[in-house]
Amino acid sequence: MRGLILTIGCAVVILPFLAVVSTSLATQEEVTENGGFVLLVREPTLASYQAILSGGVVTRALLISIIVTIAGTLLSLACTIGLAYALSRPGSLGSRPILLAVLFTMLFSPGMIPMYLVVKQLGLLDNLLALILPVLINAFNVIVMREFFLDIPDELMESARIDGANDLRILVRIVLPLSKAVISVIGLFYAVGYWNAFFNALLYISSPEKWPLQLVLRTYVVNETPMGVDQVSAGSDSLPPQLSIQMAILVISVVPILLVYPFLQKHFTKGLMIGAVKG
Amino acid sequence: MSQLAERPPRKSVRKGSPPAATTRPARRPGQTLARWRRDRLLLLLAAPGVLVVLVFHYLPLLGNVIAFKGYLPFLTIAESPWVGLDNFQVIFSGDPLFVNALTNTLIITLIQVLFVFPLPLALALLLNEVISERLKRIVQSVLYMPHFLSWVIVVALFQQILGNAGMVNTLLREHDMTTFSIIGVPELFEVLITSQVIWKDTGWGTIIFLAAISRVDTSLYEAAAMDGAGALRRMWHVTLPAIRSVFILLLILRLGDALTVGFEQIILQQGAVGATASEVLDTYVYNHGIVGGNWGQAAAVGLTKGVISVLLVLGANTLAHKFGERGVYQK
Repeated sequence: MRGLILTIGCAVVILPFLAVVSTSLATQEEVTENGGFVLLVREPTLASYQAILSGGVVTRALLISIIVTIAGTLLSLACTIGLAYALSRPGSLGSRPILLAVLFTMLFSPGMIPMYLVVKQLGLLDNLLALILPVLINAFNVIVMREFFLDIPDELMESARIDGANDLRILVRIVLPLSKAVISVIGLFYAVGYWNAFFNALLYISSPEKWPLQLVLRTYVVNETPMGVDQVSAGSDSLPPQLSIQMAILVISVVPILLVYPFLQKHFTKGLMIGAVKG
Repeated sequence: MSQLAERPPRKSVRKGSPPAATTRPARRPGQTLARWRRDRLLLLLAAPGVLVVLVFHYLPLLGNVIAFKGYLPFLTIAESPWVGLDNFQVIFSGDPLFVNALTNTLIITLIQVLFVFPLPLALALLLNEVISERLKRIVQSVLYMPHFLSWVIVVALFQQILGNAGMVNTLLREHDMTTFSIIGVPELFEVLITSQVIWKDTGWGTIIFLAAISRVDTSLYEAAAMDGAGALRRMWHVTLPAIRSVFILLLILRLGDALTVGFEQIILQQGAVGATASEVLDTYVYNHGIVGGNWGQAAAVGLTKGVISVLLVLGANTLAHKFGERGVYQK
């Protein structure tokens, strides 16, 4: 009985992906034959992927998403590590009020309209920076990282201090090498956030040529706006089936998540628990 | 998880080791300048993060003044005239669009607290009974995964599977059976979004319960078994009481979010079912303010919502203390 429930649960998660991947690989004949979806593809073809990745709307959005994700993750990590480290040194100047100020942001969200106005006043509307700066710091991640830093034995840092190392040196030489696990998890959390960003893109990005992948996904898959030859790519006259193209866009936006997921999974329970227990 | 359980309680370790005091003397009056010099590198490291928090969390809080102003996009906030509480009229005079959004929000919250909230606990109890550690890990990996997909992906998947031209209906049509439509039907909108939330986050929600369960003293189970308690009674008398505080903590946090029901998820599907069925407070703020240009009114609604949410958390927490639970923070 238990086994049955769990099996059904897993099937409910896995089957949709199987169908989507299969359909994205299907030819026109197979799609027509099945009246739509293909659960197990017989003659897989990469035509849909070739079409959308040869320089059209999807290619551009993919590049934008990749750039935003990489730049955003690096910036977020730098700011989070700096803040968490400063807050983890006992008795450092101002650390208590700053910690409280950071914690408070978890309780109260400023609201959509004032947020929009701030982004607008800073001149960030329709600028890709608007996808990064407002979400640069996540209070929860700062707390988790601070907890991790607090667990590093004080003796290590003390001896370095006696040897004449300053705070920056201690951070780079001692703390960071010991914190690879937590840095990779938090980095992946940030990366997933940037990759999945839809709300901020909807709010702040208006020109279609700056759309990240999630907005393209919404337009062409959720809203089912048909893709013409010029949107897909230059030069191919026979398009793969519309449905296969849609499913290929879907697959492309899921694949990065599936690739990092195993790494993420190894550590996230631990990271999450630190935050949850203390929070 | 197990690593976490094995770790000694951190508090006592820190208390027992005073070295912090030797390198960084506790606060002494009149030494701010010296502390400033000592900590300037740390302050420099913290500066970018602090700046971001100030600009994107606290500055917008101030921006809420436009709830009391007649803001127009071509004026600056300072130039806009004060209008007192006029913008709050939409709330107090019961503007039908606002009331509709509020009603939908409360209905969806109620459904989610009653039906969605307990599901992770049930699933965690199920998973806990799986004997094989390997199998358990595989099932967990699969069930956690949807949490990492964006709402756009989840909504797209649901449409492709359950939509009128989707996989299930295509299959039914081929076998000459009656098709069913759940997407784009206003009456079924709550069912649709609830099932999406369940699909996306039930597995993820089990993490915290599983961690709590793993920390239950196993000798309690043995003692209960000695006294003749079956699996069900052990669950009822040992597991559930042991994780009660975690359950209540999460419930409080959920209640604090009572007025927040998935903005992204709903805005993506609003086109198909129309605003009457799907407008919630967050989408109202977006549609009324950013799309409709009623900045002040939308900000007033957003501000009221934020204040009520904080009050809800604090209230629920006080209540938890009354019942002798730890709550989100200690008194």
